[in-house]
Amino acid sequence: MRLTQLMRPAFALAAAAVVAVGFGVPPAKAAPKKGGVMTFVVPDEPPSWDGHRETTFALIHPFAPFYSLLIKVNPENPSSPTDFVCDLCTEMPKPADGGKTYTFKLRQGVKFHDGTPLTAHDVVASFKKIISPPKGVTSARVAYFVMVDSVSAPDNHTVVFKLKYPSGAFIPALATPYNFIYSKAKLDADIRWYEKNVMGSGPFKFVAREAGAFVKGERNKDFYVKDRPYLDGFEAIFSSKQALRVQAIRGDRAAIEFRGFPPKSRDDLVKALGKDITVQESPWNCVLLFTPNSKKKPFDDVRVRRALTLAVDRWGGSKHLSQIAIVKPVGGVSYPDHPLAPKKAELEQIAGFWPDINKSRAEAKRLLKEAGQENLKFTLINRAIDQPYTIVGTWLIDQWRQIGVTVDQKMDPTGPFYAKLRSSDFDVTMDFNCQSVINPLLDIGKFLSADKGNESYGGYTDRTLDKMFDDMNRTGDEAEQKKLMLAFEKRVLDEQAHSFVTLWWNRIIPHRSYVKGWKVSPSHYLNQDLANVWLDK
Amino acid sequence: MTVAADVRTEIELPDRSETANWWSRVRQFVRRNPLGAAGAIVIIVMFIMAALADFIAPYNPVANAFDRLHQPPSLENWFGTDQFGRDVFSRIVYGARTALLVGFVSSFIGASIGLVLGVGSAYFGGRTDLIFQRILDVFMAFPLIIMALAVISIFGTGAQNVIIAITIPFIPRCARVVRSSALAIREMPYIDAARANGFSHSRIILRHMVPNVMAPFLIMITAFVGQAILLEASLSYLGLGVQEPTPAWGLMLQGGAEEYAESAPWIAIFPGIAISLAVFGFSLFGDAVRDELDPKLRSQ
Amino acid sequence: MYQYTLKRMLLMIPTLLGAGILVFILMRLIPGDICVLRMAGGSGYVDPKAIANCHAELGLDRSPVMQFLDFIWGFARFDFGNSMWTGRPIVEEISLRFELSLQIAIMATLTAILLAIPLGTISAVKQNTWIDYLVRGFSIAGIAMPSFWLGILIILGLLITTKSVFGTPWMPPIKYVPIWVDPLYNLSMTIFPALATGYRYSAVATRMTRSALLEVLREDYVRTARAKGLVQQVIIRRHALKNALLPVVTIIGIEFAFLMGGLVVTEQVFNLNGLGKLFVASVSNHDYAMTQALVMLVVAIFIFTNFVVDIVYAWLDPRIRYK
Repeated sequence: MRLTQLMRPAFALAAAAVVAVGFGVPPAKAAPKKGGVMTFVVPDEPPSWDGHRETTFALIHPFAPFYSLLIKVNPENPSSPTDFVCDLCTEMPKPADGGKTYTFKLRQGVKFHDGTPLTAHDVVASFKKIISPPKGVTSARVAYFVMVDSVSAPDNHTVVFKLKYPSGAFIPALATPYNFIYSKAKLDADIRWYEKNVMGSGPFKFVAREAGAFVKGERNKDFYVKDRPYLDGFEAIFSSKQALRVQAIRGDRAAIEFRGFPPKSRDDLVKALGKDITVQESPWNCVLLFTPNSKKKPFDDVRVRRALTLAVDRWGGSKHLSQIAIVKPVGGVSYPDHPLAPKKAELEQIAGFWPDINKSRAEAKRLLKEAGQENLKFTLINRAIDQPYTIVGTWLIDQWRQIGVTVDQKMDPTGPFYAKLRSSDFDVTMDFNCQSVINPLLDIGKFLSADKGNESYGGYTDRTLDKMFDDMNRTGDEAEQKKLMLAFEKRVLDEQAHSFVTLWWNRIIPHRSYVKGWKVSPSHYLNQDLANVWLDK
Repeated sequence: MTVAADVRTEIELPDRSETANWWSRVRQFVRRNPLGAAGAIVIIVMFIMAALADFIAPYNPVANAFDRLHQPPSLENWFGTDQFGRDVFSRIVYGARTALLVGFVSSFIGASIGLVLGVGSAYFGGRTDLIFQRILDVFMAFPLIIMALAVISIFGTGAQNVIIAITIPFIPRCARVVRSSALAIREMPYIDAARANGFSHSRIILRHMVPNVMAPFLIMITAFVGQAILLEASLSYLGLGVQEPTPAWGLMLQGGAEEYAESAPWIAIFPGIAISLAVFGFSLFGDAVRDELDPKLRSQ
Repeated sequence: MYQYTLKRMLLMIPTLLGAGILVFILMRLIPGDICVLRMAGGSGYVDPKAIANCHAELGLDRSPVMQFLDFIWGFARFDFGNSMWTGRPIVEEISLRFELSLQIAIMATLTAILLAIPLGTISAVKQNTWIDYLVRGFSIAGIAMPSFWLGILIILGLLITTKSVFGTPWMPPIKYVPIWVDPLYNLSMTIFPALATGYRYSAVATRMTRSALLEVLREDYVRTARAKGLVQQVIIRRHALKNALLPVVTIIGIEFAFLMGGLVVTEQVFNLNGLGKLFVASVSNHDYAMTQALVMLVVAIFIFTNFVVDIVYAWLDPRIRYK
């Protein structure tokens, strides 16, 4: 990977520019070297090995290299929300039938790791399991494919998707990195076989796994892309403590971690290792939210809710918090660098984003006084994860302190945390929205009424908002989409004050400079098949 | 078996009525037990910090100051500032409150419940005692940290629940020691006499037995305080302790401590020293109390 | 003696049963649902039908009494079932970690013994001198230092010193290899956590050695030995230490049992894939079956160690048998 190449203006998004620190840039476009085993650390371990079922990055990092996808984000340009390329198909299809039919031609001669050929029937069986799973089988992404009417294989190398209505959300949904292509034979024998077994057609073959410790893969010699992968194998080591993962890279026990480190750890690594460390950074398609419980007094009062967001200095926070936490970009509910997102001037009109924080806080105090809540006290519930949850939570509490609101924080492990959210047992909660392929049209589904999205925990019902969402998804007109998106942002964050955005995440990956061919993307779910990665040792 | 399991019974508490020679007593204690005296000083300093935190601490311990992120120790910030720009010294001073609260409340409640249960079990004896012992066995054998983990997961985090989580494992440990002392007292003639007089069970237990097991009880309390402070720190490390922004030593060692261990070591060093000193102080003092109350261990 | 042993063995059963009840209730009081957690990582939408299916499959739709009886009956037959989280046999998951935990526990105990007995002896013999204070200070410092703090200092210290001495930073491996596969690699990983833990655990044993020895030194036979004109060293080595060691051995034995499940924090610090880490993961994943099995295992180890200690005691001291 060359720095200059990464800085190219041809880049779809200016802010996706990757900052490389140190002197790890090779003098010329070095030819990739073959061989070597790459070790990386993974913060968490997935419950099962079935990508169709799981939602955690902990599944993607160790298991994505074993599988192929139908289409994927362009590994040379992973920051772009619109640049998709074929993996198993031969050419990105043009939609036919008024945008309702997509026909994919598959590569010939692709083999699964057990030597059996991969055909269109395997692709169809896999997507059927994802889109309409049989009883007793869980698929995490049924909702992504609501627009799909049918998927079929007219012959061994053709897959046809028919949609109920044209939708801009279809192709991004198809490129979701969890949509592993499984063997129809295996699924027919036991549809849950993939929960505990691995057998794909990806660049790496499964070798071994030790519970709680590691997953090991070796080069797939029959991989369908010539001369790939470069690596002889990889080893993913599970390690739950961030401090240890940072030290592991420093002590060269691991070459990289794909989730992201805080800024201070980056600086420490660069300071300790100099040119042996290369840093890649990118805005991240994840955002921390805070949501008041509209069913509970006094948060049923929109004035109180608005006061909470008016107290928060996001522009200042971006500058300061980015020094200590993995957050940085200021934005609304949609990914800040996406064409549909509000421009800075538009954002500054929305409560909580006003350029003058003193004016904003004065207004917050006025609202609280008006609502008779000058001495408001409440508990913020938060997830017991240091980065960025605790840090942002602690910062929020100090922001609220400045309008005279006293807040104490309660941290819960993931299980009890979401149990409380589901049973509406809280005053104000932290929450997050984290998606893989950037697709604001679907990503903002998080903010719909409780009965609609099943993912918002504020306890509000707002049919006007729901309708905006539907209209947005069914129009092909980009100007109309943009207008609706701005109205949606205003409604959620300001007028109705349902739920609030804090700061968007910032992904920082400091890695050993000998790791080449891996490019940071705005999501820790994307671009992880490791086919293009090589070691310069 | 616990730290203080080798404590024996039938110990007279030192008479505290004579205030006149209080000073000479202190001097004697210091001469006999210089380590214990050092421990006592640490504890006294902690108490002063906790009581007068509002006057001692130069800054608001929770106010963020983003123009002073992780500043090294200086004249303005004696112990430097942390990742939120908060004054580490002020947080340590206020943290003494949390430490003493968690330490004393949990060890006092734990030891008191243990005292009642232990004496009761010994007094009634027979089947009550047997069943009771089995229940204590269960709690003793149950892994302590897992118990704490479960309790926090059930009730949620926060100082109050941390105290509950720490108190529960203390109860059986104290009950066991107290029971073995009480067993010996039960056989004393004056208990028989009390029974013969027709005194109620509660009167005999409270008036005649409890005062005589005060020595092991006090020893257990001092031994527990340090352990409680340490347990709170361990729970914080697992993300289950007192929560931000409350100033607490264990919490200060979490997150920031690891991330900044090298580039801003003062964020971790000072709370680390505070915890170690407090536990050190309570352990030394606890040892001294034991030596004082247990004549068998007193030097010849 | 036979009767005593039998009686003690029977007494183990109610304790195990009690621990079973306790963990069963505790786990079910924790808010949250393993199925929701497993399917949606906690957040996001989950189909209620899929949840019901998952409950049925894990047997969580039955009444708590049935679930409990099933758990105890399985345990009585040494059939522990599968982990609810990973679906793999619990025996397989535990045995994977057991090896590492056992190794660390043994190494830490050895460290503790090697530190405690000589230090405790010196401390007792030189009672109330500066040597005594120094030794006691050193050993109490061990408990006073939070274990994770010690761990972080060790790793950071290694990284910094190796960098300045050899030019490249070195730290202990983060992936376990059994000792018979690569002893050097294995030891380079396990030695540091074992030393850190052993040092911490030596504190109690040191104190025990000291006070036990002090007591024995006041016994009549030691006074007699002294009166006979025996040299202090000989008295201690031949008479006193031997008798003082019994309670010390006890406490070390019991701590060994604690080490098997209690290294939660140290395992996190050094990324050791041991029982403690599995414990924390199972509790936070709501993996009832696994947590229950682990608690039963640790409790069984604990009461078995106690049992052995008691039997040894009874064998050594006939007075106990007849009480």
